[in-house]
Amino acid sequence: MLLDELENQSIYLLREAFSQFERLAMLWSIGKDSTVLLWLARKAFFGHVPFPLVHVDTRYKIPSMIEYRDRLCREWKLQLIVGCNDAALAGGRTYPQGRATRVECCSALKKDALQAVLHQHGFTGVIVGVRRDEEPTRAKERYFSPRDRQMEWNVEDQPPEFWDQFQTDVAPGTHIRIHPLLHWTELNIWEYIEREKVPVIPLYFANERGERYRSIGCYPCTFPVKSSARTVAEIVAELRQTRTPERAGRAQDQESEAAFEQLRRDGYM
Amino acid sequence: MNPDAAEQFRIVILGHVDHGKSTLVGRLLHDTGSLPEGRLEQLQLAARRRGVPFEWANLMDALQAERDQNISIDTAQIWFRTPRRRYVIIDVPGHHEFLKNMVTGAAQAEAALMLIDAREGVRENTRRHGFLLEFLGLRQVIVLVNKMDLLNYAPEPFRALEAEYRAWLQALGLQPRLFLPISAWHGDNLAAPSPRMPWWRGPTVAEALDQFEAVPPPADQPLRFPVQDVYRFDERRILAGRIESGRLKVGDRLVFVPGYKTSTVRSLERWNGPARTVAEAGESIGLTLTEQIFVERGAVGAPEDAPPYALTRFRARVFWLGKQPFAPGRAYRLKLATQEAACQIEHIERVIDAATLQPLERPGAPGVHRHEAAELTLRTRKPIAFDPRAEIAALGRFVIVDGFNLAGGGVILDDRYPRRTADSLHKSPNIYWTVGRVTAAQRARAHGHAGRVVWLTGLSGSGKTTLAIELERELFERGQWVYVLDGDNVRHGLCADLAFSPADRRENIRRVGEVARLFADAGVICVTAFISPYRADRDAIRRSLPPGQFVEVYLNAPLAVCEQRDAKGLYAKARAGEISDFTGVSAPYEPPEHPELELPTAELGVDECVARLRDFLAGLEEPAAE
Repeated sequence: MLLDELENQSIYLLREAFSQFERLAMLWSIGKDSTVLLWLARKAFFGHVPFPLVHVDTRYKIPSMIEYRDRLCREWKLQLIVGCNDAALAGGRTYPQGRATRVECCSALKKDALQAVLHQHGFTGVIVGVRRDEEPTRAKERYFSPRDRQMEWNVEDQPPEFWDQFQTDVAPGTHIRIHPLLHWTELNIWEYIEREKVPVIPLYFANERGERYRSIGCYPCTFPVKSSARTVAEIVAELRQTRTPERAGRAQDQESEAAFEQLRRDGYM
Repeated sequence: MNPDAAEQFRIVILGHVDHGKSTLVGRLLHDTGSLPEGRLEQLQLAARRRGVPFEWANLMDALQAERDQNISIDTAQIWFRTPRRRYVIIDVPGHHEFLKNMVTGAAQAEAALMLIDAREGVRENTRRHGFLLEFLGLRQVIVLVNKMDLLNYAPEPFRALEAEYRAWLQALGLQPRLFLPISAWHGDNLAAPSPRMPWWRGPTVAEALDQFEAVPPPADQPLRFPVQDVYRFDERRILAGRIESGRLKVGDRLVFVPGYKTSTVRSLERWNGPARTVAEAGESIGLTLTEQIFVERGAVGAPEDAPPYALTRFRARVFWLGKQPFAPGRAYRLKLATQEAACQIEHIERVIDAATLQPLERPGAPGVHRHEAAELTLRTRKPIAFDPRAEIAALGRFVIVDGFNLAGGGVILDDRYPRRTADSLHKSPNIYWTVGRVTAAQRARAHGHAGRVVWLTGLSGSGKTTLAIELERELFERGQWVYVLDGDNVRHGLCADLAFSPADRRENIRRVGEVARLFADAGVICVTAFISPYRADRDAIRRSLPPGQFVEVYLNAPLAVCEQRDAKGLYAKARAGEISDFTGVSAPYEPPEHPELELPTAELGVDECVARLRDFLAGLEEPAAE
């Protein structure tokens, strides 16, 4: 698909979500994908972002992420809701504090924190910037993907999706994840960033030590990859060659395939 | 932009289970040089070490296992390269019970490879998948006849299979691009021509795929712009939506259907992009209008001289995916483009086995079960803008929602649909119907009986009012929900504007029939006491009710007896010419031909008549529970 086609489809999906869900929010991880999504929302709604953004802060985010987040919120006039599992942090039940595995830590600081925000605000639609090509579990996703009361994802019994008609009806207590970037690839994202001049966080660009982040998250579990790409154009060029998967620098993915799939079924992004 | 990255062609591989899909994928990756250098040898070596034979079908699993060991390969996107472009294989789970996943996957694809095992031939899912390809509108299809090695690469069985499956697809209206003999296992005709099939002069799979083009959205058809939403974020009022067909430009005059409001495109709105004055099919746009007309989500913008139909009933072919059957008498929701409306089945023409196209007989319990197709007439609660699928695909297909679930799809068939006329706006033949969450069966359970119309007909003086009142008392005392509609009473109000001409009598009966039908729909036994002299009028009311709910009771008393009773003195007045058009005297009475019950009221007493009526009603079958 060409970038224009990708963009048209994503705008269509964002507008469907906005039209069909009264209690709608968008997850913003500060990463390149959800920032492109945010950009697309401004296109879809003519410069406005007519729903709040939710950032799940684990308190282990790379500090420049928070600075970047707050700057864009000011400049783009975004409504931001920050979710945080303070109880788990206070109780030391995290991986950096030594009382949880990486996957357990993700589950507590991201999944549980998200669930609390959704519950508190009663969101029935949540826009998330996942893509099919990120890892195998995500390849099974739908554009509109129902989650049950416990946020669980029933992979075996998903609604059919065709002719751009989606499941938009929500049973009480459940919510629907909307994935407007599902059909994009990592390369598409960077080509789009290049074309649109989307301001992404500089962590993606190579530093003096010849390292850059290809995927960003919490500093104890996210590692930079060797790269000399200092500009968006250089990243695009690099990605056309690479055979290394995007999330190779994300330690929680590697614990085991089954563990990560379980995390997703349980409601992880 | 790198053309390699820009062009990602999405294909889906379909076919009966075990016809070689995984082997084909593994082998295609290898033969097109899409696997990393040396990887195949590693996998073969690993298999030997484990003492298991290497299988192409296990290539994907083996790569997956490597991923677990943190070796770099991405299996989520199964892709391969040809010299022309990159192909993405959309993952479609093979199990036949997950047809909804097949539908979901195939709907995203730009082309399909249909695999048939040369030995096993055309199987049930081979045919069903063919049906679904046509249904979904995926027209770019290559049929791969696999496992040719097991038939010694002979052309005859290939030709025979081609003839058989081509006939099936033709019956569906699908014209495959090509039938291609392969052996996925040995790589015959995948990326290189097979030396073992010199008789095959056609392309390889890779070459055939490269001949497909992405199908652009239909910009040359009449404009269809379904409004997705109306935004008022600032001083502008922007209609947002995607152009499904045709094109539009600033200054175009548009009509919005249904509703038929017209206005002119004032501007195309964009954020962070150069201003534009034209847009075409496939684009998600926003526009403003010169005159502020009332338009909301669902309205379809179109040229004034080529609007879509806007009706509450149309013929369709549906395919059902829901666990509960798609059944008459139940309420569903229909979604077509951005429109949504309550709907129900008006009439099922035939239920079809999608794997044979043969009609399925289902006496007693009409309905479309999971994985079956049907041709039927749907009725919507409000007018829906549509085009037959053959004319404009995007406005000719819809989905059906059952409860919270998307449970089926449909395509609108050609028919002699009426174009809008001034008159049809005011007097539509497509009457609204009530819908709620309480079903007839639930009402019947709550009341202990079904709603019905007990229609008493007969001459003046035959005993209709007397019997109606006695029957009402009798049933009421048994705890039933019963109510009498009496001729004299409705003429004071509901029909106060009507006289006794034949036309007014018809209208009187039509109104009473309508009210009685509503009572029955509410679960009440509605007893009516009207002469209702015309057979056609009574039959019309019978047709408006579900089978079994109209109980026609003929009070058969000779005219002489009625005239003798003449409780109201009407016969005397009629004979004296003071009343014109009096049934039996100066106007005809058409007795029922097949009444549910006939009571010779001249011979039976009132109690006996009431007892017979009561017993007859008690013996009626309750409508089937849902």
